Amino acid sequence: MTDAVQAVLEGYPQARRDALIPILQAVQAKEGYLSTEAVIAVGQHLKLPTSKIYGVATFYNQFRLTPPGRHHVQVCRGTACHVKGSAAVLSGIQRALKIEPDQTSKDGEYSLEVVACIGACGLAPVVAIDGAFFGDVKAEDAAALLARAREMEVGDE
Amino acid sequence: MRRVIIGTATCGVAAGAQRVLARALTLAEGGGLEVVEAGCVGVCYDEPLVEYINDLGERRLYGKVTPPLLDRILAQGDEPDPALARHLIRVNDGPDRDGVFAHQARIVLRRCGIVDPGSIDAYLEADGFKALEKALGMDPQAVIQTVLDSGLRGRGGGGFPTGRKWGFTAAQPSPHKYVICNADEGDPGAFMDRSVLEGDPFAVLEGMIICGWAVGADKGVIYCRAEYPKALVRLDAAIKQARARGYLGEDILGSGLSFDVYVKEGAGAFVCGEETALIASIEGKRGMPRFRPPFPAVSGLHGKPTNINNVETLANIPWIIQNGAAAYAAMGTEKSKGTKVFALAGRIKRGGLVEVPMGMSIRQLVEEVGGGVPEGHTFKAVQMGGPSGGCIPATMADLPIDYEHITQTGAIMGSGGVVVMDDSTCMVDVARYFLSFTQAESCGKCTFCRLGTKRMLEILERITEGKGKHGDVERLLALGQQIQSASLCGLGQTAANPVLTTIKYFREEYDAHIHDHRCPAKSCASLVIYRIAEENCTGCTLCAKACPVDAIEGERKIAHVIDEQACIRCGKCVTVCPTGVVMKL
Repeated sequence: MTDAVQAVLEGYPQARRDALIPILQAVQAKEGYLSTEAVIAVGQHLKLPTSKIYGVATFYNQFRLTPPGRHHVQVCRGTACHVKGSAAVLSGIQRALKIEPDQTSKDGEYSLEVVACIGACGLAPVVAIDGAFFGDVKAEDAAALLARAREMEVGDE
Repeated sequence: MRRVIIGTATCGVAAGAQRVLARALTLAEGGGLEVVEAGCVGVCYDEPLVEYINDLGERRLYGKVTPPLLDRILAQGDEPDPALARHLIRVNDGPDRDGVFAHQARIVLRRCGIVDPGSIDAYLEADGFKALEKALGMDPQAVIQTVLDSGLRGRGGGGFPTGRKWGFTAAQPSPHKYVICNADEGDPGAFMDRSVLEGDPFAVLEGMIICGWAVGADKGVIYCRAEYPKALVRLDAAIKQARARGYLGEDILGSGLSFDVYVKEGAGAFVCGEETALIASIEGKRGMPRFRPPFPAVSGLHGKPTNINNVETLANIPWIIQNGAAAYAAMGTEKSKGTKVFALAGRIKRGGLVEVPMGMSIRQLVEEVGGGVPEGHTFKAVQMGGPSGGCIPATMADLPIDYEHITQTGAIMGSGGVVVMDDSTCMVDVARYFLSFTQAESCGKCTFCRLGTKRMLEILERITEGKGKHGDVERLLALGQQIQSASLCGLGQTAANPVLTTIKYFREEYDAHIHDHRCPAKSCASLVIYRIAEENCTGCTLCAKACPVDAIEGERKIAHVIDEQACIRCGKCVTVCPTGVVMKL
């Protein structure tokens, strides 16, 4: 168990089952994903079988079981984005990164995720890189957008 | 003192509001200027928005503001600068440039984008917590009666009378009860709840506390999606301030009511919008629905009586208590009272958030409020109710928007997402899109939902790829009806709606895909061919350079040709062609 996981668990003394999701969220926020070791540690802390933890972690879209890249790219595939061409944006980004959704690029720089709806439908299609939102994205902008994100090390918001 | 109010909700930030805010804060260092961060007034198509209030108290709302433009806005003093007219949306509460506000009746959104959502003092100044004071002076039963008389119905989509729901929980004799605010806004294409939470979080809290008093609850939980980080931050700040001022906690305002609220972050599961799945998720389990009864009003969170309402429903409550049931019931239609917030998006000129009286026609909403579809296109349909809803064709657009009329079409009112579609939208593709969503989000408990959606999706995929078979439409209809009747929760019961409504109203598009291998909207990539009109091609080579798979051949100043076998139909050549000779067939 890493120190980060230890610190999270110490924040939930005598926790019950209903603390499971917040604990997993806190672990993922610290480590970027849920490692096998972390899942086992959380199970021991809550006195729950690892299979139950795994069941919850795989049920919800938020949890990742593999490490993300240094830059995390989220492509919104909500209805408004779909009608305005997000499928083309997604394939543009896939071509630029040479990875599929839920994969991390070989150099560990980028990971790609498809999200159901970010809720910024007025600006569709929307892409979020490291939590910063970009609106009105066009398929041909994909590569430039990724390069910009890499340079800027986007951090605001 | 001069003030600038900057909309820094998620949509504003995506459009660059953070840079405008940074500039404003720099300018404010010199003194004489107050900078306020607010939510969103709903004019998403013109973000970032800045409202400037001069020394005379005149308010001017500007759209598409950049840092240099902010300098000019602030430089103009008391006399308006005519060069800024293009960006000026409206002055004070007067008529606005685009007519977006003209048809609206704002109850839920009345403070959004105007009042600082981060300050309880600003909320109190804007009549905040007045309704709570009034409610605490009333008998809980009288509060429920007021909500019942107002005719308010569940705004999450179900449309169940809110007052009756409260009555069920109130009737349970239990010392511990819960009030849950459902902020797990999962419908793709909907962002009403996000805007309310970001723009007026205190109103939602006030609605919850009033509900707690009415039903006799001591704890409140707000179940909010993790995808809404800004809403979570603002809720957290609002709860802390409300606690510090005694609006949450023990003996609220000396009434004897003890009520506290905490936030539970959702983890991304569409099915958790369903009441029993949501409760399972709060309890730390997989968010799967269970059989009802017992209803949550009898046995809900941790086995205690639980009342669950959506964000918008709760945000209506303070206004109803303050202004009375009759004032609310005066708006809307016979069976659908009050107002409804809609998120207008898709193929529309002025996408954003609007609040209109129930009973407005779909056409008025799309064409007058939203400005219609982009120039050169024709309005084809609206999709209402997200993945559980359906597509209503433009020929039926004169229908009034209320629960009964919308349900008759095969769509549902839903939570308020309205995605507009025009001639460039393929209805089969829209059905496929929604099915791919529900199929992925099906929790897997009921066989028909788990397997039936998968089979339907496979059929829709082959149709959009031009490999549809005779009888596919009939297979879809049969599967759709089976999933509807054999699923436990709303997700499964409504999963087929997008398919069934598009077959009902746009059958000819299905037939064109299956029998003619043609996509009438020229949207399905497998059925579209890109070709260069050689006689008009100038041979500029731009398309050949842009093509990611080198499928375009041709020398400089000689007409280019696309190799249809190699073409991946990404459409880049169409975008880069300066003379517009690349055609989609």
